[in-house]
Amino acid sequence: MSAGTSYDDRQYDERLEAFIGRVLNERTPGQDPVNVPMIRHWVEAMEVANPVHLDADAARATGRDDVVAPASMIQAWTMRGYAATVRPQAAAGGFQELIALLDEGGYTSVVATDSEFDFVREVVPGDEISVEEVVDSISPEKATGLGVGRFVTTMKTYRDGAGEVVATQRWRTLRFKPAAKVEPRAERPKPAINLDNAFWFEAARERRLVVQRCTSCESLRHPPGPECPECQSFEWDTVECSGRGTLYSYVVAHHPRHPAFDYPLLIAVVELEEGTRLITNLTGVTPEDVTIGMPLAVQWIDDGPDLTLPVFGPAAPEPTEES
Amino acid sequence: MSGLSGATAIVGIGATEFSKESGRSELQLACEAVTAAIADAGLKPSDVDGLVTFTAESSSEIHVARNVGIGDFSFFSRVGYGGGAACGTIAHAAAAIHAGLADVVVCWRSFNERSGERYGLGQASRPMDTNADRAAYSWMTPYGLSTPAQWVGMFAQRYMHEYGATSEDFGRISVIDRARAATNPKAHFFGRPITLEEHQASRWIAEPLHLLDCCQETDGGQALVLVSAERAKDLPNTPAYVLGAAQGAADDQHMMTSYYRPSISGIPEMGLVGDQLWRQSGLRPTDMGAAILYDHFTPFVLTQLEELGYCGRGEAADYILDGHLELDGSLPLNTHGGQLGEAYLHGMNGIAEAVRLVRGTSVNQPRTVENVVVTAGTGVPTSGVIVGVA
Repeated sequence: MSAGTSYDDRQYDERLEAFIGRVLNERTPGQDPVNVPMIRHWVEAMEVANPVHLDADAARATGRDDVVAPASMIQAWTMRGYAATVRPQAAAGGFQELIALLDEGGYTSVVATDSEFDFVREVVPGDEISVEEVVDSISPEKATGLGVGRFVTTMKTYRDGAGEVVATQRWRTLRFKPAAKVEPRAERPKPAINLDNAFWFEAARERRLVVQRCTSCESLRHPPGPECPECQSFEWDTVECSGRGTLYSYVVAHHPRHPAFDYPLLIAVVELEEGTRLITNLTGVTPEDVTIGMPLAVQWIDDGPDLTLPVFGPAAPEPTEES
Repeated sequence: MSGLSGATAIVGIGATEFSKESGRSELQLACEAVTAAIADAGLKPSDVDGLVTFTAESSSEIHVARNVGIGDFSFFSRVGYGGGAACGTIAHAAAAIHAGLADVVVCWRSFNERSGERYGLGQASRPMDTNADRAAYSWMTPYGLSTPAQWVGMFAQRYMHEYGATSEDFGRISVIDRARAATNPKAHFFGRPITLEEHQASRWIAEPLHLLDCCQETDGGQALVLVSAERAKDLPNTPAYVLGAAQGAADDQHMMTSYYRPSISGIPEMGLVGDQLWRQSGLRPTDMGAAILYDHFTPFVLTQLEELGYCGRGEAADYILDGHLELDGSLPLNTHGGQLGEAYLHGMNGIAEAVRLVRGTSVNQPRTVENVVVTAGTGVPTSGVIVGVA
């Protein structure tokens, strides 16, 4: 048992272990004896080609006395029926106690995982089949694709009217804690793209951080606009940034919260090496470790299919000797 | 002194109650405030021939006019940029009267800002548009930068870094405002002063801003009536003469996010407004008997003191510590309690308080007040006025 297992956990395990070997369902007779009409429904539904289940001559030709029920139908003879399925009676017993204990542990969901039969003899019309279920094993908690759970294995024993065993079934279910549904992350507020800013967001989608440059006087400007305030030129292109900069100012947002972000949220103004500033988020650093002037380097985040944004993290430290 | 200085006066003020849920339409709040202001001026609705409000106002001039009974009116104008518009409405009204475009102009602002659309909740979920104003948000909201507190916090962090100012320096503004509000029955925070310790203990909204660095949100309306100086002499109230009225937007101006200027530890648009006010009025900062400084967030009150010339860059914290802004100091601040203490009426309630100070009827009237400087929204294209007794 791991050091991290609590007293409560150990106590719970012991309560589960106490069920091993216990009768879950007392020996219960089927509602009807084995009969030809039910065999016929089964054979038709399952499209069973073997004639030994309905044709007495064919059965005799194989050395049998008369028709026999399909082996895999053994469970069907003891099923509780439609009415008890849709209107289950309140019942008390080992099965209900085990389910309650599993519920208590959070294992509220169930899926059947495997079923292994051993057939002792063929069942024939007139047989009165009963079944009894006993706990074989309960596994420790396992991680599965459905969530963490425990495999509960029981042994079902099928007997005839004389009490002789006709078949046994090792029946395994996974009782699991349904994994919490992961809500898809809300997307960030979308930029309003227009003719004056589209180039910047298009470059960002290619993970290129650009700054608008006047092609006449070569001054850089951000946020971008259609005209150069220095020389009144409407001609411009862009320069690609190194992605390095320093922290100029920042704010730690607490309230109100937007579902796209984790809070406290670090929002920053970064001064790029090229000289312009931009608003961004800081990543890979906590508020306590943020200092104005700290060197930063660009990283890229995708937010939904159409938006890629630059964020900034602490610039990689100078390489040091590995010890 | 400019020809505009002293040419007009504010002769009427009127407001609704200030609340968190008015239960009435914004149009009704506007009509109540405008009607009250006209009555306070000793005028009839039909005397009004000019209306000025904010672009942010939801009730157009025509709706107010036909409900209040103003009838024909010949001058109407709107001022943009949120709370930066407040004193700009006075500038437009004074200019219109001075130019002969109107005789009686009402300026107003009304909203259900608390029970309706709250600015404090931010811009993140506002619909997209491709106009230049909306596209400007593209550089902010995808990073979660969407609320006024966050926008101001970014400036404040840099200011602290450059000048060594602290959160307590910001908090002292809040303490002063709440002390004034505590003795103003119209204030939301009437009877509820705070200590600096309470400011420091209040939760973070957007570091470095605590909750108590942020003004409240309010439902209400406020209106002001202007006439020429000559006509003011015939009306019942002591005129609050408009000695200066100016607007300003500075180089590389953005809405609340002018982070791209060489320095962001000042708000040059307010310096631009202040320079015009002193030039128009011929007065100096020390001639002011009180100051109503826009206080949606405390840090920009410090910056305004510097931009208006009350102290040097980075010296506002010491200026405040020296007690100048107290009721018995050289420049009593926000005697109504400011927007932190009285109400957030986009600055218009502050102009009304300046009028009361000139009339001598403020609930926190300092010893002598001849002139009062009033400012409008900070971090945006803004405005200011000086009102005085002569």
